[in-house]
This record gives sequence, structure tokens and C-alpha cells, in this order.
Amino acid sequence: MLRKALANFLRDFGPARLIIFAFFLFLCIAAVLLRLDLAELLTSSLVRIGMWGVLILSMLPAIVAGIGPNFGVSLGILCGLLGGLISLEAAYRLEGTFTFSGGDLFFAAVLFSLPFAVLAGMGYGWLLNRVKGSEMMIATYVGFSMVSIMKLAWLFLPFTNPEMAWPIGRGVRVQVSLANRGIAHILNNFLSFKIGEVVIPTGLLLFFAICSFLMWLFMRSKTGIAMRAAGDNPRFATAAGINVNRSRIIGTTLSTVLGAVGILVYAQSYGFIQLYEGPMFMPFVAVAAILIGGASVKKATIAHVIIGAVLFLGIQVVAVPVANAFTSDWASMGEISRKIIQNGVILYALTQTGSGE
Amino acid sequence: MEKPIFSQRLKAFTANNVVTIMFVVLSLLGYLVSGMNPFLFLLDIVNRVSRNAFLVLSLIIPVTAGMGLNFSIVLGAMAAQAVMIFVTHWGVTGLPGILLCMVLVTPLSAILGYLTGRLFNKTKGQEMIAGLILGFFAQGVYELFFLQLVGGVIPMNNPALVMSSGVGIRTTVDLSRGLKYGLDQPGAGWNMPNLLRPTLPWTAAAVAVLGLAGYLIYCRKKGARLSKSKLALLITGSVILLSWSIYQIQSGSMINSIRIPLLTWFVILGLCLFISFFFQTKLGQDMRTVGQDREVAAVAGIQVDKIRIIAIIMSMIMASWGHIIFLQNIGTFSTYGSHEQVGLYSVAAILVGGATVDRAGIGHALLGVLLFHTLFIVSPAAGRRLFGDAQVGEYFRVFVAYGVIGVTLALHAWKRLLQAKNKRETRETAGEAEE
Repeated sequence: MLRKALANFLRDFGPARLIIFAFFLFLCIAAVLLRLDLAELLTSSLVRIGMWGVLILSMLPAIVAGIGPNFGVSLGILCGLLGGLISLEAAYRLEGTFTFSGGDLFFAAVLFSLPFAVLAGMGYGWLLNRVKGSEMMIATYVGFSMVSIMKLAWLFLPFTNPEMAWPIGRGVRVQVSLANRGIAHILNNFLSFKIGEVVIPTGLLLFFAICSFLMWLFMRSKTGIAMRAAGDNPRFATAAGINVNRSRIIGTTLSTVLGAVGILVYAQSYGFIQLYEGPMFMPFVAVAAILIGGASVKKATIAHVIIGAVLFLGIQVVAVPVANAFTSDWASMGEISRKIIQNGVILYALTQTGSGE
Repeated sequence: MEKPIFSQRLKAFTANNVVTIMFVVLSLLGYLVSGMNPFLFLLDIVNRVSRNAFLVLSLIIPVTAGMGLNFSIVLGAMAAQAVMIFVTHWGVTGLPGILLCMVLVTPLSAILGYLTGRLFNKTKGQEMIAGLILGFFAQGVYELFFLQLVGGVIPMNNPALVMSSGVGIRTTVDLSRGLKYGLDQPGAGWNMPNLLRPTLPWTAAAVAVLGLAGYLIYCRKKGARLSKSKLALLITGSVILLSWSIYQIQSGSMINSIRIPLLTWFVILGLCLFISFFFQTKLGQDMRTVGQDREVAAVAGIQVDKIRIIAIIMSMIMASWGHIIFLQNIGTFSTYGSHEQVGLYSVAAILVGGATVDRAGIGHALLGVLLFHTLFIVSPAAGRRLFGDAQVGEYFRVFVAYGVIGVTLALHAWKRLLQAKNKRETRETAGEAEE
């Protein structure tokens, strides 16, 4: 029984994932042998996983609904950034009349970003329904176009908060600090505690867990099941009376909303809101992570999200100090290994979709 | 069949060329708003068209083979940079250096093209996204090689190229004492800086006269009859061009100091002739068939996968040559960045010229380069004029590049979906009628 389960597991795992898993193990062993500070590595791995978790989760509804990994989740990311800026602006404008805590502002940011994300997601879903079969490519370029048009928007939006604006010239800064208003690390520090030297960012992981649980519940709701059916086999779903296009729009919208929430979680942990080029290549990290976790461009579960987050982000955290022991230019080595793994995995997944015929 | 009336033809023309028309308007407006000096504009556009045209032309063959826009030309660009780094290290300069680069890069990009073609055969229908991601992947491998291995595992003792730590190529490679202008100024090494470099007005005059004469002779030989209106248009165009150049030569304006890199133009012309000749060969015809319908081609006995690989190899070699032409004109390159935008800007340019995912020609490529780079030149100046900030124009032109690709891809996918639907519906109604 166990052996059969193991064999099944290995087959589903696939060679690409096996190599990555072996690489991760190798890095961990190397880290132990090189006497690196394991507590610190574990701490930063946990933070990274929590940081990216929701963004990786945003891939799930898109894949399940049948549009494939959402290469255009930058749309949601932009909505989240906009919500964050509005929240900071509101705090500045209402200064004196109200005082907000960092937590208030974080949830206000989420709240402000939601209407944008829902609208953008619906429009984006409508578009993706019209380009069935080429979603991935078009999603990528929708994302790129939106990031680049929002660069213009960041220059022109009428924000007056001096923490955001350049002291001279036009527009919002490239990085807006969240530390002044107490939003930075608000989730990371919530109920955080230490086990030995390892710091557990309870709030951050809890937030990711709650989002995952809600997603798990949604997948078991009537709408969720219909969505899965629509993604699995659109013709069959249509015959069963499911509105496939509607399901796809719901999936896209959910993905966009999670992207918006995800970037705010990311930003509070990072301590800054990154604008302009910032969101350009973020979707690829999230796509690669869920694929490493075992998802394909057609199938994905919550487990894939979690495994992917642990594996991909774990490698990124451990690779840099391990490479440090072998090469002088270690900072670039981390970046290089990320590029090769991330894009290699996406390519592998693309070859697995069959020839598209 | 009745000839469609003019308004209908105009409507169809507009609908088919909406992107190009929009760009003509946008470029003209940008030029007027920017208030640019015509001398500076012409200087820049001559440069940009000569250095980009070859790269953009390299996209045509895969489109015809039905593989869409080949974003993997980034790999060809990387191969070109790799070879140029080594040729610079060996100290071969000028035109011989460029020729050496082209000889060396050909097998390298052929191998890369073969591997890419294999990958594309496994991802049929998703070639474009696969090409894009492959570019990012190759970027990682390229960095691994030039940042970590060269200087360490692969010895290279050259302080001008290698970082002070002894490992890794510097972030910028300076070609100014080596390959710079190797093709644009072929005579520089023999103390003849203006060899094959006529001024712009003289070139324009020659194009006006020889072009018209050549075209007329070509038509006579082919036995094709020119309509009166077309002939009148051609002659008027030539006369205007000729009188403009005579006026410029007479007035002795700054424009007379703009020189045309004639050898580069001949190379570009050579590629154009090669491409149009190639599509008349057996292989070229097969490629067209594969591009139209893979199943039909397979039934007709064409080895579809092999043809697709050949298409990518050809495109990859052309792209690597194109990137060499591009870099020798700029004269310096960023080792880890110059290749990144090659795919984006070349694809955007050919689309601006009116190409789509399944239709691209030489005319699209050349017109696209001209229009796209006109917008590129004028938009920072226009941004400064309108908003007091050149940054606005720069962001705008990058948005336009991405936007044009996004819009064209979406329109194409939508159209294909509608066609498939119509086909299915007609088949279903036909089936019902039979029953």
C-alpha cells in the first residue's frame, strides 16, 4: 500500500521536480556541513514563505478555472499597490482628526484595493474568455502593458502625502516606506515568538493559512465545484449546464483579488511598497512556485501551493549563503540559480501540456 | 465580380491596418508636438533604421512557418554578444572583426536554433510564451557563464574586459577601439572614413532616380501593367524626393552631414532579396504550407517538425547577425542587459508595420522599423514639451511597445476563436441539413 502510494507519488512528482527537490536537499546538507546559521536560515525561509504565500495562492483559482497559471496577476498586484497608496494618503489627509494604527491602515489598504481588483479581474476575465487557447501569452502581455501604463499613472496620480512624493519633480517615489505609519511588519510581528533562535512570524503565517483555508472552503462550495468542472472539461461542463465563461471570470477575479491582497502582505513584510518596475516580473515567481509544488498548467491544489512555496523559496534563501562558500560573487549566484530554476520549471510545464492539439 | 466601391475599400483597408494607421498619426503628432529639429531627427532615424532593420527582418520566417512571433531571437542576440566579447578579447577590429563575428556566431546560433526548434515542437500552439520564457531561462545560463565561469574556470586575462576580481566579464563592454562601426564605416581601418558613406541627400536623389527606373524596368520585364494612378503616384513621389534632395544639396544645410552606412544597407537589402527568393524555393513553399495548416502539410508528405526547426534555425542566425549589426553601430553594450529588449522591440516594430501572428512580410518589417523608431525618437521630446518631463515620454513609449504586442495578440486570438466558431456552426448546420 505504502509502496504503491510512493510509486504514484514519484510518478506525479515528475523528473523536473525531483531534480529541484534533490537540489534543495543538497543545499540543506551543504548548509549543515558548512556550519551556516541554521536558525537564521529557517527564520528567513519562514518569512519568505509567508510573504509570497498569498501571491502563489492566487495562481490556484486561475489554473482550476481553466485559464492556466495567471501570468497577468500583476494586474491584481497593481490594484493592491494602489490600495496601499490610497490608505497612506487617507492617513495623511485625516491626520489630526483620526489616528490610525498600522493594523487599521493595512486592512484599509486591503479594503481600498478590493473594488479595483474586482473590476479589473472581471474585465480581464472577459478578455481572457475571448482569447481561449492563448491565455498565457496574452495574460503576460496584459500584465506587462498594465505595469507600464501604471508607471505613467504613478507620475500623474494626485497624491499629496510627502512620504510618497519625490521632494522635487513629479510623481510617487519608486519605493514608499511603510515604517513611518507602522504598517511595516504588522503581520510578521503579530503574536510572533521565538523557538530557540528561530523567530516564528505567527501573524504572517496565520494570514496565509486563513487565506488558504478560505480557498479550500471555496473549492468545496457549489461555485467552486462548478469552476473546477469548467476548467477540467469545458464541453462536459457546458453539457451539465455550467456557465463556463462565468466560471472563468470568477476564477480570474479571485486570482486578481488574491494578487492584490498578496502584494500588500508582501509589502508589509518587505517594509516598502515597490512601484514602477517592481511588479513587472513578480508573476513569474508565483507561477514557477506553484509549478514546482506539483501543479501543472491545468491542475492545482492547495498542497501544491504550500509545497511550492516551501521548496522554491527555501532554495532561494539557502542558495545564497551556500554559494557564498564557493564563489566570490555570491549575490549574483542566488539570482542566477533563481532565474534558471524558475524559468526552467515553467518551460518544463509548458512541454508537458501536450502539443496543444 | 463587381469591383468594390472606394468607400468600402477604404473601410476594409482601415480595418486591416488599424495599428499602422494609428501609429502614423501618433508619430506625426509626436513629431509636431516635440518641435524637433529635422536635422537631429533625420540623423537619429537613419541610425536607428540601419541598426534595427536586420533584426526585425529575422522575425519573418517563423511567422510564415506558423510559429508566431519568435521571442527566442533573444538567444541569437546572446550568442552575438558572446562572440563579440571573445573577438574583442582577441583584438580583431573593424570590418574583418565583424566578418569574423558573423562566421563564428553562425554555428553557435544554429545549435541554439536547433534546440529552440525542438522545444517549440514540444509546445505547439504555445510557441510565443515558450520563446519568451526561454529567453529568461537563457539569460540565467548566460549570466552563469559570463559572471561565474569566465575568468575562473575559463581563463581570460584581459583587464579591460574582466572585472577587477578576476572573475566575470565587466557589466559594459566597450567596442569603440575595436568593432565599433566595423560595418557602418568599412574604410575606417584604411584611413578612408567616408568609403561607402554617401550623404543623405545624395542617397535620396539616387534612390529617387534609380528606384523609379529599376521598378519600371522590373515591371516591364515581368509584363505586369501599372495602373495610371499608381504610376502617377510613383512619379510624383520620386520627383518630390529628388527636388527635396537637390534643394538640400543646394542650400548646404546640416542635413548634408548625415551619412548613410551604405554597406549596412546593402546587407539589409541582401537579406530582403534572400527572404523573397527563399519563399520561392521548394523549402520556402513547404514552410508556407506548414504555416497555413500543419495537418494538411503532414498529409502532403512534408516533415512538419523538421521544417519548423529549420525556420527557427534560420531566424536565430539572422537575429544573431542582426544583433552584431546593432551593437557595432552603438559601439558599447551592457553585457547582461543589451539583449533583453531585443525581442520586445523587434516584435513591436514588425507589428506596428502591420504584421500579425500569422502574416508578416518585408514591407511590414521595414515600415514598422521606421514608424516605431520615429515614435521612439520623438516621444521623450514630446513628453518634455507637454508635461515638462522627458520621463513621461519614455514611460509612454515602453507602454506602447508592450501595448501594441498585447493588443495585436488579443485581436488575433479573438479573430481565430470566432473563425473556429463559425466553421463549427456551418458544419453543424450542414450536418443537420443532411439529416
